[in-house]
Amino acid sequence: MFDYVVIGAGVVGGLVARELTKYRLSVCIVEKTSDVAMGATRANSAIVHAGFDAKEGTLKAKLNVQGSEMMEDLCSELGVKYKRNGSLVVGFNEEDEATLHSLIERGEKNGVKGLSFVRRDELVKIEPNIGDGVTCALRAETGAIVCPYELCIAAVGNAMDNGAELKLNFEVKNIEKCGDVYRISSENETVEAGAVINCAGVYSDDIARLVGDDSFSVRPRRGEYMLLDKECGSLVGHTVFRCPSKMGKGVLVSPTVDGNLLLGPTAEDIDDKNDTSTTPKGLSHLSSLASEQVKGIQLGKVITSFTGLRATGSTGDFIINSPIDGFINCAGVESPGLTSAPAIAKYVVEMLKKSGRELKENERFNGVRRPLHYFRELPVEKKNEIIKENPDYAHVVCRCETVTAGEIIEAIRTNPKPTSIDGIKRRTRASMGRCQGGFCTPYMVELLAREMGVPVTEITKSGGESYINVGKTEKGNI
Amino acid sequence: MTELNNVRRADLVVIGGGPAGMAAAVAAYEKGLRDILILERDDNLGGILRQCIHNGFGLHRFGEELTGPEYAYRYEKQVKEYGIPYMLNTMVIDVDENKVVTAMNRECGIFTVEAKAVILAMGCRERPKGALNIAGTRPAGIYTAGTAQKFVNMKGLMPGREVVILGSGDIGLIMARRMTLEGAKVKAVCELMPYSGGLARNIEQCLNDFGIPLMLSHTVVEIHGKDRLTAVTIAKVDESRRPIPETFETIPCDTLLLSCGLIPENELTKASGIRLDRVTGGAVVDGERETEIPGIFACGNVLHVHDLVDYVSEEAVIAGEAAVKYIRGEKSHGMALNLVTDGKIRYTVPQKITSAEKTKVYFRVANVYRDVKIVVKEGERVILERKKQKVAPGEMETVLLSADMLAACDKNATISFSLEEVKK
Repeated sequence: MFDYVVIGAGVVGGLVARELTKYRLSVCIVEKTSDVAMGATRANSAIVHAGFDAKEGTLKAKLNVQGSEMMEDLCSELGVKYKRNGSLVVGFNEEDEATLHSLIERGEKNGVKGLSFVRRDELVKIEPNIGDGVTCALRAETGAIVCPYELCIAAVGNAMDNGAELKLNFEVKNIEKCGDVYRISSENETVEAGAVINCAGVYSDDIARLVGDDSFSVRPRRGEYMLLDKECGSLVGHTVFRCPSKMGKGVLVSPTVDGNLLLGPTAEDIDDKNDTSTTPKGLSHLSSLASEQVKGIQLGKVITSFTGLRATGSTGDFIINSPIDGFINCAGVESPGLTSAPAIAKYVVEMLKKSGRELKENERFNGVRRPLHYFRELPVEKKNEIIKENPDYAHVVCRCETVTAGEIIEAIRTNPKPTSIDGIKRRTRASMGRCQGGFCTPYMVELLAREMGVPVTEITKSGGESYINVGKTEKGNI
Repeated sequence: MTELNNVRRADLVVIGGGPAGMAAAVAAYEKGLRDILILERDDNLGGILRQCIHNGFGLHRFGEELTGPEYAYRYEKQVKEYGIPYMLNTMVIDVDENKVVTAMNRECGIFTVEAKAVILAMGCRERPKGALNIAGTRPAGIYTAGTAQKFVNMKGLMPGREVVILGSGDIGLIMARRMTLEGAKVKAVCELMPYSGGLARNIEQCLNDFGIPLMLSHTVVEIHGKDRLTAVTIAKVDESRRPIPETFETIPCDTLLLSCGLIPENELTKASGIRLDRVTGGAVVDGERETEIPGIFACGNVLHVHDLVDYVSEEAVIAGEAAVKYIRGEKSHGMALNLVTDGKIRYTVPQKITSAEKTKVYFRVANVYRDVKIVVKEGERVILERKKQKVAPGEMETVLLSADMLAACDKNATISFSLEEVKK
């Protein structure tokens, strides 16, 4: 019996769980996939939005601005890479110019600081590679970039370090309320809790229905992205958004905190909540839009493309409510969901307090987490001290991103523990470079199998049936 | 663990202990140099040859057919007999313009080596899936041909049972045969271009002998499968390489192997400020394989992708010997010839010639051409002409410029390489 069960280990679920561990409560996160950060958290724009986009007066607007203000401190506590690089929303004509002015006005009403309007002559001074057709821009100094899955991994890891439990491969099939107790069941396991927080992303409407709440629905909106080699990462310093218009909304060209260049997303409403495929049409549309915003994008330097599904709620706003006592929805958390997530976590706790639930402070809570990338940032002398203790830190496994066996083993042993090659990749960047695992995958397979104590043939790319190898060769069997 | 010993010196540091690095080190040793250090990132010398267990290596170099490991062992044995120092499991993380090499390994931690000369021999890597930007899902079961080769030949693991191969580079062709011999069904090899990028002998021995279809002007347009690959959709492409919708065909398979080109691995080169050739992806070098930073040389697949390891060794000898000359202050720079190409010839290596010594020039053509002649000219003056019945992008060509030919050129001349039609 837990005090709280959080359904969904995305960035919202992770931060909600972590917020709950600040109190003397037992918390369990259940996640249907084999790792955390596997839904929208894994594939989004990685942006901390300033807060001029959401309509004034909405929950979205309020939590966006709050979240944006909280993000830097949170990232520093959790050891997550964060960079306040500023955003630009670029316009191509007079119509766009008018839109940008109204966005500034809206932003100011929302309480966003540091907004200004810049014309092309000024713009080319701060971003020399801005597209030739761009005439003006909205500049938002508080815009920032962060790595979303890193934030989620850190949040869940920190929650676990503070006592939370994580159950992976736990797909919620049924929720029963017996008196004050919720019984949450997967196919083969049941957990009990005093209260449930529904952070199930695109599936949050399905989860709500399990307790009889059909007041909203969530539709997946496909967003396709392309990630370019680090060689291209300095093409722009700011995140360059496109002014929302008939031609498209929200496509951005942005550096990432790891130094790559990100293009995306497209926006297409679809029906299948599992369909994270990319499409030829989407990728080509994206290429042409992005190239109008910023010139000199070398599409030959794409190292990977991917699709994220935004959880678009039917109300147009975030759906954070309590349809029945002890059950809270955090649903419809589409953009700016990542930015808002820290504020959503606080908001949920405030709701609980208001509803009369007892929350006693946990004095032993430690919100600081040492990031997994601490090693790579150390000066040479410090690295050599660590290597002297543990030579694995001098054994480079991933040559493109210079990731050592020591870092990979540490990641495998750190909460939340990865169970697949992609899990290691998201925690260490191993195989995320330009060769995309060509050289290091066979070695990572061996390391993970050794650490997990399973045969190498059991190792998967990303959980489920995604086996890297289907068996042994004839000679390999001898 | 031994004390960290963090600054070393060596006359010559060779980065990479594959066929290029070993041959360069051996050549330098045979010219009398003793203070050599080979830095190799893997746990054995030999580089990619270690996983190339098929034969066909060494016909030019040794006059006999060897497997990859056998070919590598010939050099490894020499390195060991000469007592040339080498470090394994050692990753070079930086080379600067002053020839200070920074590397790391378990025994020494992060350390630097101050060298008088450096030879870059890091080899190449395969173009990954991401770079191809194929639409669809991202399941397990998609590997570059070389990764699959490592799994099968080095680890005894089967990456899949039903295979489609995209790209007809040599490793892809070799793996088509290898997977077949291991009991997998190779359903097709799709090649975007109207010709194969691999050697003719590999198409014969690895595909035709096993009845594996080579589908020219075909590509993979979509990937299917959630966890593990379940199928790929292939299509024929038109002249501008766009998929033709009516030709879409879905082939069930659990594995897609990619053999879509090799990329010289020049991150270190680039970071040191050495100028690269946009076409080869390797450094711009002179006839002795010296880059534009004096004392830093490059050879093998890091310089340009070779078809045969025999040519890699040949080129490595040039670089190894030249590095010794450089260290002794004997490398001459009597000329500054600039080699240019006409587009039908894509590139030459070297790109420059700095001394009037006999120079073999390697190059590749952009397309399949029949009944042509290779013409080398200084201005309008023809230096050399050679007729060819057929040239193809998959086969590297060479011409030899003699010392006399070079001495007859103006010291700062531009030498053009072109393909001209031969009238029948």
